[in-house]
Amino acid sequence: MSRGGVQQDLIAAVATPPGQGGIGVVRLSGPGARSVGEAICGCELHPRRATYAAFRDGDDILDEGIALYFAEPASFTGEDVVELQCHGSPVVMQQLLDAACTRGARLAGPGEFSERAFLNGKLDLAQAEAVADLIAATSVAAARAAVRSLRGEFSEVVHGLAEALAQLRMLVEACIDFPEEDVEFLEEADVDGQITALLGALDDLRGRSEQGQLVNEGIHVALIGPPNAGKSSLLNALAGEEAAIVTDVPGTTRDLLKVDLVLSGMPLRLIDTAGLRDSDDTVERIGIERARAQADVADLVIVVLDASLVAAAAIDAAVAALAPPQGSRRLVVMNKLDLLADRESLDVGAGVFWISARSGDGVEVLKRAIVDAAGLSGAEIGFTARARHLASLARAHDSLVKADQQLGAGEATEIVAEELRDAHNALGEIVGTETPDDLLGRIFSEFCIGK
Amino acid sequence: MHYPDHFDVIVVGGGHAGTEAAAAAARMGARTLLLTQSIETIGQMSCNPAIGGIGKSHLVAEIDALDGLMARATDRAGIHFKVLNASKGPAVRATRAQADRALYRNAIRDFLEHQENLHIFQQSVVDFVVEDGVIKGVETQMGLTFSCATVVLTTGTFLGGKVHIGTQNHPGGRAGDAPSIALAERLRALPFRVGRLKTGTPPRIDGRTVDFSRLEIQAGDEPRPVMSALGSADQHPQQVVCHITRTNPATHEIIHANLERSAMYSGAIEGVGPRYCPSIEDKVVRFADKTNHQIFIEPEGLNTTELYPNGISTSLPFDAQLKFVRSIEGFENAHISRPGYAIEYDFFDPRDLQHSLETRAVEGLFFAGQINGTTGYEEAGAQGLLAGINAARKVQGQPAWEPRRDEAYIGVLVDDLINLGTNEPYRMFTSRAEFRLRLRQDNADQRLTDLGVELGVVGAERARHFREKMTALEKLHGRIEGTQVAPGSELAGLLGVDLTKHTNLAAVLRRPEVTARQLRAAFADAPAALVDQALIETKYAGYISRQDEEIAKIRRHEGMLLPDNLDYAVIDGLSNELKQKLSHNKPATLAKASRIPGMTPAALSLLLVHARKEAAL
Repeated sequence: MSRGGVQQDLIAAVATPPGQGGIGVVRLSGPGARSVGEAICGCELHPRRATYAAFRDGDDILDEGIALYFAEPASFTGEDVVELQCHGSPVVMQQLLDAACTRGARLAGPGEFSERAFLNGKLDLAQAEAVADLIAATSVAAARAAVRSLRGEFSEVVHGLAEALAQLRMLVEACIDFPEEDVEFLEEADVDGQITALLGALDDLRGRSEQGQLVNEGIHVALIGPPNAGKSSLLNALAGEEAAIVTDVPGTTRDLLKVDLVLSGMPLRLIDTAGLRDSDDTVERIGIERARAQADVADLVIVVLDASLVAAAAIDAAVAALAPPQGSRRLVVMNKLDLLADRESLDVGAGVFWISARSGDGVEVLKRAIVDAAGLSGAEIGFTARARHLASLARAHDSLVKADQQLGAGEATEIVAEELRDAHNALGEIVGTETPDDLLGRIFSEFCIGK
Repeated sequence: MHYPDHFDVIVVGGGHAGTEAAAAAARMGARTLLLTQSIETIGQMSCNPAIGGIGKSHLVAEIDALDGLMARATDRAGIHFKVLNASKGPAVRATRAQADRALYRNAIRDFLEHQENLHIFQQSVVDFVVEDGVIKGVETQMGLTFSCATVVLTTGTFLGGKVHIGTQNHPGGRAGDAPSIALAERLRALPFRVGRLKTGTPPRIDGRTVDFSRLEIQAGDEPRPVMSALGSADQHPQQVVCHITRTNPATHEIIHANLERSAMYSGAIEGVGPRYCPSIEDKVVRFADKTNHQIFIEPEGLNTTELYPNGISTSLPFDAQLKFVRSIEGFENAHISRPGYAIEYDFFDPRDLQHSLETRAVEGLFFAGQINGTTGYEEAGAQGLLAGINAARKVQGQPAWEPRRDEAYIGVLVDDLINLGTNEPYRMFTSRAEFRLRLRQDNADQRLTDLGVELGVVGAERARHFREKMTALEKLHGRIEGTQVAPGSELAGLLGVDLTKHTNLAAVLRRPEVTARQLRAAFADAPAALVDQALIETKYAGYISRQDEEIAKIRRHEGMLLPDNLDYAVIDGLSNELKQKLSHNKPATLAKASRIPGMTPAALSLLLVHARKEAAL
């Protein structure tokens, strides 16, 4: 690669998400990708053709699979790229990487492939960030959302909004700069109606983008409840491993325990908190304070109660006694169902989940409820968007609202124009800005202006 | 012969750029010579007889704030004044005056002839004396050479000018005037990029042959606005009315039938015309569904019957001009006193200039006005003023004044030109100014006059006038800040507000329903203009401080320099289009790069990374 004026080297990395999978992909990019790929495959590779090969490191056959070669610049990164598709065993993939590295490749840094793609003009910024999201995606849902954005859906929607805003600005600016033309720009504009429509579209996009962000960063779920209600057991049941220490001694979890896991394709960060009770123990008190702080910022709070101690009729009072944070979504779980003698008389329909963390009874239903409560249900997962995008969208929204307010006030056309400019600039931060001259060009091509 | 006296600044050209340049340099104490083909045409308005308009009167106010000529001359020559955009907000409000051409010329010549340090000489310039890339003097058509430290070239449309009427064309700088061919050839030999532009004028009409009884009247505004901060309506000559008429389908049919004989449509013209000032041929072809087009009939002056029908500039042959003119209501028996024509002329790519308007190629040589690809008296005057100031500063050994975009429309104009170049005659619009809300006509003096005093370009009278205004304004703001409005009080009644508790007056003024009219009633003892301004400043404080943040960000980017020799072609990740634009424009800073069309934050960060990498090497 001499085009960049900077000699790029050969990088390699596993391109599929970590962990066991059906198929794994090891990707090479940079000068020499083809020769290293051919050495591993033991045969010639041809551009844009799939080659079945036995992957080897010297004389050792590591696996059998498909090799793909993309010659520069017609590749994802714009450089020579070889993809080795092998079986999804982490061991095999590690051996393939080792084989590549002994032949001159080095391990790629995080996001280095997409950075090269970006630097070679293969991606716009939104796409580059979507690729970064794709790489970082730890779950099926995030990958799906990232893929959608990669196809430019997010960019496309923002482009559409920016275009509509440019048209509106064109009319407002024309009304300011060409007041003597016999065209009623503002009448044509229906500024009010257009701003309302833009706000609606922006709301929709923000909603979906916010979900996209949730998908990327994971939902924070806090478990709170009295000591020994079984919060840690529930955490283990959800996580499927012995993540938290589970004992019968109240107050075992003195500090916070965090577990990242994926439920139905959705990344969650479960935070197990110390049991909430009045305590004389200093260490435990600190834990309790942290628990409260965690619960206050969580996306979802799961209140865990001991069904053997709390009567069905007293659930509300028991929840209230824990003083869970206001405003966040909340699920109530009655644990230790297995200890109840009379399971027939349970009030199942009251939005309370009766489970046994120990036996696993009711845990699957709870998992689905957690996914639902997190605001994401399967197909409706939206676009990925970085915090930067969200901030830009929010700014555009604010400015449009202000423009709308100013419409009614007298002698304020220039203020409306200023707010619309600001909104347009905010969207321009995502998709590239339009200059005043572009705007003037629109005016002149659409209206007969000029003496 | 070599002229014995040496000059600090020689200005070539006596149009709107040249006269402002010469006057500004002389005001600053530079020994200045104005060279013009003809002293009679100094200050000539070659196109329509009007000064000001949206965006343009903002430039006039800025010229005035720096003690320039244009606004003061307009107050002596204006025969019809109008306020535009009166109801759309103070920042886009503008003033326009129809001017009597003769009175305007006289006023400008009067100012120049009474300007200290300034001499005028009538001769065509044919060559420059350049030594080691530095300007040393000029040579005129009779072989006379002048030596000087700096030259401001303001030759308008005269460089390589060619006039087209229908299929005929002849060399000309303006109808009736010779072009500067020798100078154009000399300049083409220097390392400047040259382009070709065109513009058009309508046929002039003898007012005695127009039936005004059938036309819509457009009267001037009362109370009558003034152009200059020092002006008053008492200075204005007699006022007249304008008229409006329209083309009709019959007009359009005639134009269509003769289209292939139009210079612009036959391919005889290579220059690019302005998008906002299309010829009538263009209007009829491009907006075929419009059944009529407005024509503003502007009087040429008090002592002439000639009229300027604004809106029908054309390069059709004369017989077609006469035919289509006579198809227009009120013009049925019109006599054309001068045919309309299109003019093509050379301009120099303004991207070869520095922000001071000094050329990059020849030290001490400045370009101002239409030669830089602009159109309009106001745009020309603003550049002339800037070039005159900077030529004088160069002689004084001072760094150039480079007005910023957030400081003046002059800054927007120069930055647009030098940063982006132009491929049509560049005209000012308020939408070009991103900091429009602060670049108002009413505060041009507050933005520039103090600076002008510092530069030495503002005289004692204006400086005193400005200080008086500021003292009064500060006092008024103090009164506003110190006044509480009681519910149901007389003041609340005058302001037309319904209050539930005692409220600070400034807070009351920020309510959208409070307008200038109400505040004037409440402060009847203060001058109306001052009250208006205090109100605007109170109402806009929030927006101005929001823009301050934007400006601070730009200033940071202004500090990030892009090396002149940066090779944009090798920066991966930039689109080819952007690479081309950047290589062409060579933005000096990241802030300037950010104003190139199609620029994205991603591309900017690439530039930054690359520039940093270069710097590290």
